[in-house]
Amino acid sequence: MNYVPHTKEERDQMLKTIGVFSVEDLFKDIKEDLKPKSFDIPEGKSEFEVIEHMKKLAFKNATHLINFVGAGFYDHYIPAAVDALAGRSEFYTAYTPYQPECSQGWLQAIYEYQTAICGLLDLDVANASLYDGGTALYEAVMMAIRITGRNRIIMDSGVNLIYRTMLYTYTSNLSIEFVETPVIHGQASRQEIYKYLDDKTAAVILQNPNFFGVIDDCSDIVRKSHSYGAVVIESVYPLSLGILKSPGSMGVDIATGEGQSLGIPLCFGGPYLGFMATRKEFVRKMPGRIVGATVDRDGKRGFVLTLQAREQHIRREKATSNVCSNEALCALRAIIYLSLMGKQGLRELAQLNYQKSEFAKIILDKIPGVEVKRSSPTVNEFTVLLPMNADEVVNRMIDKGFACGFPLGRFYKGMDNYLLVAVTEKRTKEQIVKFAESLEAVLCS
Amino acid sequence: MQLIFEKSVQGRRGFKIPKSDIPLRTELPRKYCRDRDPNLPEVSELDVVRHFTNLSRLNFSVDTNFYPLGSCTMKYNPKFTERIANLDNFLELHPLLPQLLGGGMLTQGSLEVIYRTERLLCEITGMAAFTMQPLAGAHGELTGAMLIARYHKHKGNRRKYIIIPDSSHGTNPASAAIAGYNVIVIPTGKDGCMDMKQYRDKLNKEVAAVMLTCPNTLGIYNPHIKEICDTAHKVDALMYYDGANLNAILGKCRPGDIGFDIVHLNLHKTFSTPHGGVGPGAGPVGVGENLIEFLPISRVIKRSDGTFALDYHKLNSIGYIAPFYGNFGVILKTYAYILFLGKSGLIEVAESSVLNANYCRTLLKEFFEIPYVRICMHEFVVSAIRQKDKGISALDIAKYLIDKGIHPSTIYFPLIVKEALMIEPTETESKQSIDRFVEVMKEIAKLAENNPQRLKDAPQTTPVKRLDEVKAARELNLKWTGGGYY
Repeated sequence: MNYVPHTKEERDQMLKTIGVFSVEDLFKDIKEDLKPKSFDIPEGKSEFEVIEHMKKLAFKNATHLINFVGAGFYDHYIPAAVDALAGRSEFYTAYTPYQPECSQGWLQAIYEYQTAICGLLDLDVANASLYDGGTALYEAVMMAIRITGRNRIIMDSGVNLIYRTMLYTYTSNLSIEFVETPVIHGQASRQEIYKYLDDKTAAVILQNPNFFGVIDDCSDIVRKSHSYGAVVIESVYPLSLGILKSPGSMGVDIATGEGQSLGIPLCFGGPYLGFMATRKEFVRKMPGRIVGATVDRDGKRGFVLTLQAREQHIRREKATSNVCSNEALCALRAIIYLSLMGKQGLRELAQLNYQKSEFAKIILDKIPGVEVKRSSPTVNEFTVLLPMNADEVVNRMIDKGFACGFPLGRFYKGMDNYLLVAVTEKRTKEQIVKFAESLEAVLCS
Repeated sequence: MQLIFEKSVQGRRGFKIPKSDIPLRTELPRKYCRDRDPNLPEVSELDVVRHFTNLSRLNFSVDTNFYPLGSCTMKYNPKFTERIANLDNFLELHPLLPQLLGGGMLTQGSLEVIYRTERLLCEITGMAAFTMQPLAGAHGELTGAMLIARYHKHKGNRRKYIIIPDSSHGTNPASAAIAGYNVIVIPTGKDGCMDMKQYRDKLNKEVAAVMLTCPNTLGIYNPHIKEICDTAHKVDALMYYDGANLNAILGKCRPGDIGFDIVHLNLHKTFSTPHGGVGPGAGPVGVGENLIEFLPISRVIKRSDGTFALDYHKLNSIGYIAPFYGNFGVILKTYAYILFLGKSGLIEVAESSVLNANYCRTLLKEFFEIPYVRICMHEFVVSAIRQKDKGISALDIAKYLIDKGIHPSTIYFPLIVKEALMIEPTETESKQSIDRFVEVMKEIAKLAENNPQRLKDAPQTTPVKRLDEVKAARELNLKWTGGGYY
């Protein structure tokens, strides 16, 4: 069957209409010596057989662990309505809304997404989304370089190492100078940033909360950076913005981030959602698809893709970016999620995350030999100093049924005994208490 | 339709936040807190469900309409792969688990899916290795361009240029430029293929690579492809195969056998993962033996005991291009789709997609100009220049198709054909749906002669009529800022 509907009779009729004898005649441009040397693919299976096979593979994954791993990617609850609505095939089997009259559903949903992202970040304009938080940060760097015509980037080392590494990959053939500044007491070091900040600086990159879960008010860094004409980029964790001061209110020029926390499953690393918003004056320098409102012939409101003159299908090698898609279905999940939460819901949810995490801090701090780092406030993720190697602890905690956190030694030199612990609204009091008991048992054994 | 924001009523709730079970009420220091709630709608769950359900009905989609959008391969997306992608044990897995000590054994199923999909794609394309990390086709191209740069840097070559024919996808030159290259564009000859004389003239030791979209955007398989490859290799330029549209050549030829060094695929096209209203897709990249050492980290490897693991120890790797292992949800569906189709199913895809395109092309050639008259692959391009003489443009034709319940073909692309309509029926469409499309196109050709105004007035059946795109770009309105519904 293979989803090809033709009967033999139809196939013959079609070949006759074309004026060839066989399907092979249609492939004559592929010369004989270019035929495949091998095509060793197993023969097809039925739907049922494939599903059974996939279930077997799925059961080789262990999802029974109680999860305290975050590191930028969080185990939040996803309301059923998000799945139900994003699972409508009128959404997921459509494509780029180049023909706006028959794509108003998608275009309006993206316009609403842009509005919600701007509301969350307190910035003027958002694009229709990018691949993920890391590629969004890379696009923001390139944008800052276009805006300033400069090429030095100062980056706080509280920015997720995964993203920092991605930036280095993407820019390795370009002449961009990166300076990484250290984190002091969990927060960005002003002194170090100001040491490098000058009129050759294109951008200062910050993250809030940073990789250690620490929050900061970076208004002072923004003011100082602006006085040198540099652009400030901040990568943010959107769910925390239910309570945290927004990048826009701190004067940040470009905010990006990973939208996975907004109703998108962890799914072993993707698909995720990169979001980006900026100030009005930079809109034409912003990469990615953008939806705008306009009117039709009768003056009725409608939505279209706009500012397409920046894009590759028109500008080719002169485009602002090679991006020709967004993560629409993930953006749809985000706007549905944010609509369900609403302004109060998001605040309460962020608060709940904060409360549970503060509770976990108190409980964990009571374990002999364990020290919760408290030099700066956090939202729902924090650093714990253990009396032994964190990798080892994580390994032993797996046997107790916990994914107990992310060992910071993997990313930071000299932090082998540090563990990064995330606590979302899904973790119950009972789980947190049990987590602490198990950790104590592991450390004592 | 009203915006979700316009349906907002102060104080209305759409989700029950769980009550805190923690005996603790601490407050975050004020200086870190926002002073007002974010501007989000306040609506009920039913408001949300009704709103987005109704929005979904304003779209054309493969599940509701014939969608012959050239270059996009809008084929039927099987439902069983959705069920697989929604299995909890795939969906809930944290991507950092395999990076924890001992965590690899907790994610064997997902690592195996990635490993096996890589092997299948290697066999389908004839490449030596694949990375599943690129998150979209254009992202795959950029990865490919970075691999090209790393290869030459490693060899100590100084190369500034990438050669690209003008019949390529627009992303090719954009990706090359973003990776730091200058682009040399080669025009298309009378046969619809890259001009070979100009190609030979421009090729020299400053050229890092040649990027070919094949079949090209005219739907033509370049018969000189082997010669193009061999000529490039003589000056140590790498050959890049844009395999976004692999549909036509599945089991018919393999880029690896021809001599290509790099290929990217669009899983959301050939391997039928849903386009999702543009994204998420996936754009895995395959390479020959000569480039394996440069592939992005991490690599999924199979150990001698049959288990799977992540390998980060690749000294010459270009580095991280994605946070983790690619768009895993998309990779899953691809894997299941290939298992379902199997060898003969994949070949049937190629044969039927080419059959459908040629059948459609043959029936249309009486009514529309076809600039390159020859057997095509999975798609073909017609030109509305005859209709243009009557004042009817490709855009008018597209809008009338909407009124007839057909998603328009791609228009004004490729740029090298005037009034272009790029048509790709795909293999999952029946003879009847193509016949109906042809009937509508015939009707359009007649209307262009007799009643062009009807075409100018299209679409009539949609929620909005033709929209003012100039106004949209001039008077930017990119978010809702209050105000009424109009």
